[in-house]
Amino acid sequence: MALSNVLDSPAAGFNFDNAARNAAFEGLFEGGQTPKPLKTGTTIAGVVFKDGVVLGADTRATSSEVVADKMCAKIHYISPNIYCCGAGTAADTEKTTDLLSSNLTVFSLNSGRNPRVVMAVNILQDMLYRYHGQIGANLILGGVDCTGNHLYTVGPYGSVNKVPYLAMGSGDLAALGILEDGFQHDLELEKAKKLVRDAVHSGIMNDLGSGNNIDICVITAEGVDYIRPFQESEFKDRREIKYKYRQGTTPVLTKKITPLKMEVVQETTQKMETV
Amino acid sequence: MLSAQNFGESGKMKEYHYAGPTEHRFSPYAFNGGTVLAVAGEDFAIVASDTRLSEGYSIHSRDSPKCYKLTDTTVLGCSGFHGDCLTLTKIIDARLKMYKHSNNKTMTSGAIAAMLSTILYSRRFFPYYVYNIIGGLDEQGKGAVYSFDPVGSYQRDTYKAGGSASAMLQPLLDNQIGFKNMEGVEHVPLTKDKAVQLVKDVFVSAAERDVYTGDALRICIVTKEGIEEQNIPLRKD
Repeated sequence: MALSNVLDSPAAGFNFDNAARNAAFEGLFEGGQTPKPLKTGTTIAGVVFKDGVVLGADTRATSSEVVADKMCAKIHYISPNIYCCGAGTAADTEKTTDLLSSNLTVFSLNSGRNPRVVMAVNILQDMLYRYHGQIGANLILGGVDCTGNHLYTVGPYGSVNKVPYLAMGSGDLAALGILEDGFQHDLELEKAKKLVRDAVHSGIMNDLGSGNNIDICVITAEGVDYIRPFQESEFKDRREIKYKYRQGTTPVLTKKITPLKMEVVQETTQKMETV
Repeated sequence: MLSAQNFGESGKMKEYHYAGPTEHRFSPYAFNGGTVLAVAGEDFAIVASDTRLSEGYSIHSRDSPKCYKLTDTTVLGCSGFHGDCLTLTKIIDARLKMYKHSNNKTMTSGAIAAMLSTILYSRRFFPYYVYNIIGGLDEQGKGAVYSFDPVGSYQRDTYKAGGSASAMLQPLLDNQIGFKNMEGVEHVPLTKDKAVQLVKDVFVSAAERDVYTGDALRICIVTKEGIEEQNIPLRKD
């Protein structure tokens, strides 16, 4: 079976169908503003250590300045040996990683092998470049395969970088400061986890778009340890008074009950196979 | 280079032509975040604000309270553009001194509110980007809250929230202090302790969901004994 059948060959050239549609939409909405998609406003970080790769992410999703989700999952499953952190537009990172994961699952079923990280990177790069930046996904891909431990970043326009340590998202500069200071080649597992945790924590404290808890994902040749949450936020929302409303506080003004009359139209019996 | 900007309304490629020199305007305003709240009781007034000063996605300071003590019976809370907040409070302080020297008495809360309205309107065509709320005691010793818009329109209220999380706080205050949207509930008058607890809870909630609110909460409680200040930590992330 030729592998080229497994993955859909994409249409040649650039694809701007949605961009043209969006431009046409601009006139229809009031004020000429199309609805703004939810952005994650994130801190994600990754580090290659002696036995594998550690990925970390915060858990806050913001919709401009309001926190939309306090416990959103930014580390996505791609395959048993590859995980991906996503920053940027939430829908784009979700769908892109889902698409990638499906494609790679079909590939592994056909070939009987775990996919290599470089395959995942190439598929992502192809797809994002074809949409020329319209898909706002900043991704950090980390995984372990037969050729070693790899950490890649893929940008929204399709740029790829292979690096030993990395941070992305609105809190990337804060996290990168910690990573630049503490990174060494061939770290031990606990040191690597602590470094990633410190980097994401720095993003959480200094960037308004990141916050709440920290998720960590450790990928080694033995398997994957997805720790969610690795560290719960130390800020608990404790309130002084109990806000309870007695029954009847919201008044019922009118009540109208309409019974639904049902009549039997068709009756079929299907025998169940019981042993 | 092809990009979505090259597509016009009908979806066809826009004609590329030289549109003239593009102008990048310098914006004289910045938004520094922050939330302010004031509640008036029978014989007390509370003005509370968070202490975070931010710009964009960064934090300038975790300890920059937005409550300014004007007199022994009046506190002003202002949020918005920090540069204008500082200038406005300097101007108000100067005017308070001038009044004291001319009239040999301290300005009352109502008088300060009226004066602030004229100061703000004098800059009608280049406004102070500040959301003001005054909390204090009036001549009878009752709690008073005056809320303003950036160009000086004001009214006396029982409670008001202003700043970045105001849309989240105001409905909650309407329900808990104004007893709106509730039936069969006894309208107990607000005590000072209950009001302080409510203000703390309401800011804890605002810090959960608004990225610009957090770090710490400064509460100024104005009574006839004087102004008492409390500092409560909020989430820092």
